[in-house]
Formats: sequence, C-alpha cells, structure tokens
Amino acid sequence: MPDPVLRLENLRKNFGGLIVTSDVNFDVMPGELHAVIGPNGAGKTTLINQISGLVAPDGGRILFAGHDITALPAHARARLGMARSFQMSSIVPSFSALENVALAVQSRAGSSFRLFGRAAAEASLNEQAMAALADVGLAERVRAPAEQLSHGEKRALELAIAIAAGPKLLLLDEPTAGTGREETARLVALLHRLKRRFPMVLVEHDMTAVFALADRISVLLYGRVLATGRPHEVRANPQVVAAYLGDEME
Amino acid sequence: MALATSLPPAQSHRLGAEALPIAMFLLLVTIPILAPLAGGGYLLSFSARVMIFAIAAVALDLLVGYCGLISFGHAAFIGLGAYAVGILSAHGISEALMSLPVAIAVAALFAFLTGLVCMRTSGVYFIMITLAFGQMAFFTASSLAPYGGDDGLTIATRNTIAGLSVLNNERVFYYVVFGCLLGCYVFCRALVASRFGRVVRGAKENPVRIATIGFDVYRFQLTIYIIAGALAGLSGFLLANATEFVSPAYMSWQRSGELIVMVLLGGLGSLNGAIIGTAAYLLAEEWLSGFTEHWKVIFGPALVLVVLFARGGLIGLAAALVRGRRHA
Repeated sequence: MPDPVLRLENLRKNFGGLIVTSDVNFDVMPGELHAVIGPNGAGKTTLINQISGLVAPDGGRILFAGHDITALPAHARARLGMARSFQMSSIVPSFSALENVALAVQSRAGSSFRLFGRAAAEASLNEQAMAALADVGLAERVRAPAEQLSHGEKRALELAIAIAAGPKLLLLDEPTAGTGREETARLVALLHRLKRRFPMVLVEHDMTAVFALADRISVLLYGRVLATGRPHEVRANPQVVAAYLGDEME
Repeated sequence: MALATSLPPAQSHRLGAEALPIAMFLLLVTIPILAPLAGGGYLLSFSARVMIFAIAAVALDLLVGYCGLISFGHAAFIGLGAYAVGILSAHGISEALMSLPVAIAVAALFAFLTGLVCMRTSGVYFIMITLAFGQMAFFTASSLAPYGGDDGLTIATRNTIAGLSVLNNERVFYYVVFGCLLGCYVFCRALVASRFGRVVRGAKENPVRIATIGFDVYRFQLTIYIIAGALAGLSGFLLANATEFVSPAYMSWQRSGELIVMVLLGGLGSLNGAIIGTAAYLLAEEWLSGFTEHWKVIFGPALVLVVLFARGGLIGLAAALVRGRRHA
C-alpha cells in the first residue's frame, strides 16, 4: 500500500466553545479524489483552512508528502506542493487572468527575489500559465483583468491558479459555489479532466457531482467524521442518510 | 511553441505611458539652462530641493502605492541619511565616497531593524508603529547634544567627491541630484515590474492568495521596506549637502505627513505621481506662503478637493481631462 499524500491525525479545533474539528482522521492516497461533504457549519472550510495553513489546529497532526507540516505557515505548505482554491474567489483583482496564474507559476519556478527583468515578459512563466488557462477553458480571456471576469470565469481562474504550479495536492473548497446550472456542468466536466492528474480534497455541495467524481467520501457533521467510504457505501450508510443525505438524495 | 504564439498581444500604449516621465525629466534637465533667464540661482536650488524630496517620495510610493503600507515614519530615514553626513563631517570626514554609503547603510539598517517589528502589523497598527519609530529617531536626534541637539548641526562644507569639491558648484550639484533622481526612478520602475514587484503588488490586493501560492509576504514586504528606507537615506544625504545643515526637524512626524501628502497629491502607485506631487506641494508652499504664513489653511481644503474629486491625484486628474477632450 502506498503512503498517503495527505494524512490528518486526530485533528482538533475549537472556536471558543464551538467544536469545529473533532478528532478528525482523514487521508488522501496518490491519485485519489477524496470528497468532503456535510451540512452547512459542519466544519468543512475550517478543515481545508487547517490543511492549507490559514487556521492553526488545537491538536493533532497534519502529514503531507511525508513531512509533518502541522507547524508550517501557509506559504511553506504551498512550497511543498499544496495548492488550494477558495469558496469565495480569491484572485488579484487588478491583475490580468494571465498574471494571476503566472504569479502562481513563478512561486515554483526559481527565485522571486529577482529585482530586475520584466516578469510580465518572461516567456516560460507565461507559457505555463497559458497552459493552465487553456486547461480550464480561459484561453480567450487571458488579457482580461481578473475583476472583469464573470463569476463562472473567476471560478475557472481560481482552478487555473491552483493547478498552474503542478501541485502534489489540490484542495478545492466548493469550486462550483454560486454558479448557475450550465457553469456548474462545465466546472464538473473540468474536474473530471483534472481528476487523475492531481490528488484532490474536494468540498462540494452538488451531490450529483460528488458521487460522480469521488473515489472516497467523508461525511462531516458537527466537526466529526461520521463516515468515510466509497460512494456506494456512503450512500447506503443509514446514519449518513438520516443526518444529511435524506433530503439531498430524493 | 504553439502556446506562445497563441498568447494574444498585450494592449500597448507604451509611448503614451512614457510621455509623462520623458517630459518631466526633460524639463528638469533643462532647468539649469533656463535658470539664468528666470529665477537664477533661486530656481536652481528650489528645483534641486524638489528632486531631493522626490527621491524620498518615490521611495514612499513603493510602500504606500504598491504595497498598501502607509509608512508614517518615512522622514526618519531622510534624517538618518542627513545625520550621517552631518556627524561624519563634524569629525572631519566630508568625503561623499565615505558618507554616501554610510548614509544609505544606516537608513537601510534602521529600516531592517524596525521593519522586523513593523511588518508584523498591518493597517492602522502599521501606521502607528512606523510613527512611533519615526518619533524615536526624532527624539534621539534632538538629544544628541554633541551634534547640536534641538538646534541641529551646521555642516562646514559640502562633501567632496574623491577629494574634489565639485558639489560646491550649484550646477554640478543640481546634476548630481538629477542623476540620483533619475537613477532612483529607473530602479523603482524596474523593481515594480520585476518578479519581486509582482509579488508585492499582488500581496497588496490579496495577501492570503499570495501566501497560499507559496510566497512569504513578510519577507517580501520587509525587503521593499529596506529598499525604500535606503533610498530615503540617499535623499537625506543630498538634503544635508544642499542645505549644509542638519536638524531633528528633518525627522519630524509633520515631515513624514508631508511626504504622504506629496504622494497622495500626485497620485498613488505610478512613481510619476510621486514626482509631480512633490513638485506641486513645494510649489504650493512656495507660492501660497507668499500670501500668508498660514498657507496650509488654503492648501488643506485644496488637498481635500483633490482627494475627493480626483482619486488618482493630479496624474489621475490630467488623465481624465485628456480622456474627456478625446471624447468631446
């Protein structure tokens, strides 16, 4: 059995008296897409924030590609090959789509303490950024300022930023949040294409998409992992059905 | 490569974008030729003063305009550069090859040490802590009794360059200052367009995103803080030589505030704006103080109007006027 890319061991987090992560054990195997589902407030985004280093856990360990990264800041985790998207699109608004992605490429391609030479004219950065933008279907919009993109395009840009540097793990926090039906379908098709290229943790509310995409699913409820398993196992789990899926899977 | 060819060309109005700095520096370079016709030596020394403060303002624009770091202690770095000249001169060292590196190094070191703390904060706290460090430098200078304390320190003679007292010639001095401003401007333009500059510009708008793609924002911001401090130190070196005098007033918080006003007035985040703003501020001071010593009573409301109705400062106002004329 290969080593997992990501492993959470007894992860705990409280916000004051509120338990948002309660002894979570969780892993992602190479090539796996591990989805996290659960009702609003179950602690899904807080979990992603702890993995990516934006929120410090109160207890437990996070292992990534063989390193204990529990104490590492977000930028150091990203340097090890962790990339993420945000529920609310997190981009640099005044930069072009291309520059947003080129900046992500730049973080993995040599030193960024270069004080001279126009970064915008560096062909190697732009080519890799173009490739990522083409992957997500934004090839036509590369010069547009990111703030002028439509909501769906911003979601796609968010994904391009995440995949641009060739990450070892993708953390996707509701990539289809706020998109219409058509755009959701396009993004889900995109996730299908990305699926074998990167191991992923996917937080998502669209159950049809989750059950079609995931290799394994963990169900989070009040910060606890209620169940983990293959999609058909999770769907058949009576606890899960009672707590969450009951009304979603009509 | 196919991908490279599929990259659509960037919209280019480079010539238009470069017209302003070219005009600005052409004007500055011709002032010593025009000076005998109008204003004489006064015009020359006034213009040199504008350029000296413009160096500090351009450096401050790196922080305020490109990083969103509102440093309220920028005058301290000017003062440190100036005091390096003054103190060395008091000990008989008036060689620029000695005092210039010292001035820049002292300012950079102060930026590094205070930056270690300042860069841990943001927003209002950053403003307050830079102000606090600035005041610390001010009071330290005021208490330097061997070097004049509150009264400041007169410098016996301008620095020599490799033993030659060329800076005593006003025209030579003017062109040295001009060269420093041009060098500083070109350096900063390259800096903000570089890989490094792209990271700090991105961090201004979205620090969380920049961190999660792998950049330690703290280190980048600390570095640019040191660069801005060092450039202000250069400005201080020139200021001490221009006035042949150093005083704690160079470091006062009012002076730091004036520098922020200069950058705001000209327009943030363009470097050109910092130079225009410095010139506009010092001209306004010169002109309005001819009417009344309370010239700030007039200048204050004018600044409010600029900030309210011309968000991009004078640069933005000019651009809007040009656009308006094209549409008309």
